[in-house]
Amino acid sequence: MVAIPGKTIAEKILSAHAGADARAGDIVVADVDFVMGQDGTSPLAIRALERMGVEGVFDPKKVALVIDHSAPSPLEGVSALHTVMREFGKRTGAIVYDIGCGVCHQLIPENGHVVPGDLMVGCDSHTCTYGALNVFSTGVGSTDGAAAMASGKLWFKVPETMRVTYTGELSPGVYSKDLVLYLAGLIGADGATYMAIEFDGPVIEALSVDARMTISNMAIEVGAKAGLMRADAKTLAWHEGRSERRPNPVDPDPDARYAREIEIDAKRVGPQVAKPHSVDNVSPIEEVEGTPIQQGVLGTCTNGRLEDLAIAASILAGRRVHPDVRFIVAPASRRVLLDAIEAGYIQTLVEAGAALVTPGCGPCVGTHNGVPSDGENVISTANRNFKGRMGNSNAFIYLGSPATVAASVIEGKITDPRKYLG
Amino acid sequence: MIRARAFKYGDDINTDYIISGKYKFKSADMEAMAVHAMEDLDPEYYAKVKPAGGILVAGKNFGMGSSREQAPLVLIHSNTKAVLAKSFARIFFRNAINTGLPVVECDTDRIDDGDELEIDLEGGVVRNLTKGTEIPFAPLPPVMAQLLADGGLVEHFKKHGGFAV
Repeated sequence: MVAIPGKTIAEKILSAHAGADARAGDIVVADVDFVMGQDGTSPLAIRALERMGVEGVFDPKKVALVIDHSAPSPLEGVSALHTVMREFGKRTGAIVYDIGCGVCHQLIPENGHVVPGDLMVGCDSHTCTYGALNVFSTGVGSTDGAAAMASGKLWFKVPETMRVTYTGELSPGVYSKDLVLYLAGLIGADGATYMAIEFDGPVIEALSVDARMTISNMAIEVGAKAGLMRADAKTLAWHEGRSERRPNPVDPDPDARYAREIEIDAKRVGPQVAKPHSVDNVSPIEEVEGTPIQQGVLGTCTNGRLEDLAIAASILAGRRVHPDVRFIVAPASRRVLLDAIEAGYIQTLVEAGAALVTPGCGPCVGTHNGVPSDGENVISTANRNFKGRMGNSNAFIYLGSPATVAASVIEGKITDPRKYLG
Repeated sequence: MIRARAFKYGDDINTDYIISGKYKFKSADMEAMAVHAMEDLDPEYYAKVKPAGGILVAGKNFGMGSSREQAPLVLIHSNTKAVLAKSFARIFFRNAINTGLPVVECDTDRIDDGDELEIDLEGGVVRNLTKGTEIPFAPLPPVMAQLLADGGLVEHFKKHGGFAV
């Protein structure tokens, strides 16, 4: 008799939600625990629901629309789209997070809308962020989102899984952002297309939940459908008090079958920078040090959490942002902003010369809050550096950790943060 | 049967190239946004494709990046009849099917810009009429084929009142 192999996290969560023995390659229709849309995608989802002839949503407590990408509205057209979202919320009872609440990918977990073991979809590609919390969460388009809002279900192809194990330990001045940029450089922008990734190993275990979310957030940058981690004591402690629902942690079976296994020795990873115009165009910082910059960005769903602000504040304390640099800080949520005010990080960053903008996506998507000029270089903690991403196709975007951004805005050029340690 | 001229581009064409984020938040009017389709890669795309239609041909990982459904929609509204690529990013692939834009994963090396192509979706073959060659491709999984045949996910829901796959 042939032994039936064990299951990955993705296979287990999709099996549980489809009521079937789901294996990689199967197509299932599964129940979703939550559905989210943001202001760039919700209006199309609402229109799709109207075209479907659907009046309400399957469960108003399980649907949230977040106004974060272009918020507060910089244009009349955007204002009209925001109005469509607010009216939909009033009509259906769906939750609306308005301007100033924060980035969708911070708000959904922060407000306890998902717990370990859940399956959720969001109309935003970085919905994979909550994989760090043991949630199978994945980005979908507006019509898929509409179908899920209407029915509480969606069809899924059960993905194969790539297992990425980080061994050893992080060196000083190196952060989870560097680990995930290193992976992007290693396997490329399509290295995990159609797959889920399971991130594991002692380095992941040692990271805070904030830092883990940075890694899962960028799973999509290598094409992955989800970036999953096991739920441990830290995950459960993080969830404490956020949701009335009980977490249902899902571990992979020891004999689960993986499409590919990669081991990365964290000791060998230094600060990394993704160069224009693709996220997998990654170099060790030594190769780009000295590149002049005109703008720095700290924030976004990748690196706008409390720990990220703390890291930047520790470097900028008592120092000044270079006079030729604009430094824009966008906390990931109102909660993060309040906590950062209480901890003194905002005071430190603003005294150093930072321009603080509304909690939300900030300048990442090119709609507002700091569109760079022609020929300018930007160093950002965001997750994408595509040509035109920040609203000007003649600008150049470099991606790095909060520490790298903080060190760089002091010097006016890309700078190794290890210089500012201690 | 889909028949049109090939417009060929390279690998890793992301959704910001297909439609820049700076436009997608401005409006929900896809006709107006379609003039900006592929703009940062080829400012002439709309002007070239709109009059007689075209088939967008690319390399690997077409549609990487964001989940914006405006990407397949602006291609449809710019008169792009189908996209052929060596591989697709998964969210774009789903969005294309859901909105009714035919997408075909096949070997695109032997297609040149300007070739006249004919796509037989049911038969699983792309005919290069200029070169007289045929490129076979694997048919879509049944679920996706049904959604495309119904005219996209909205039409599927209208027809069946929910998922009927």
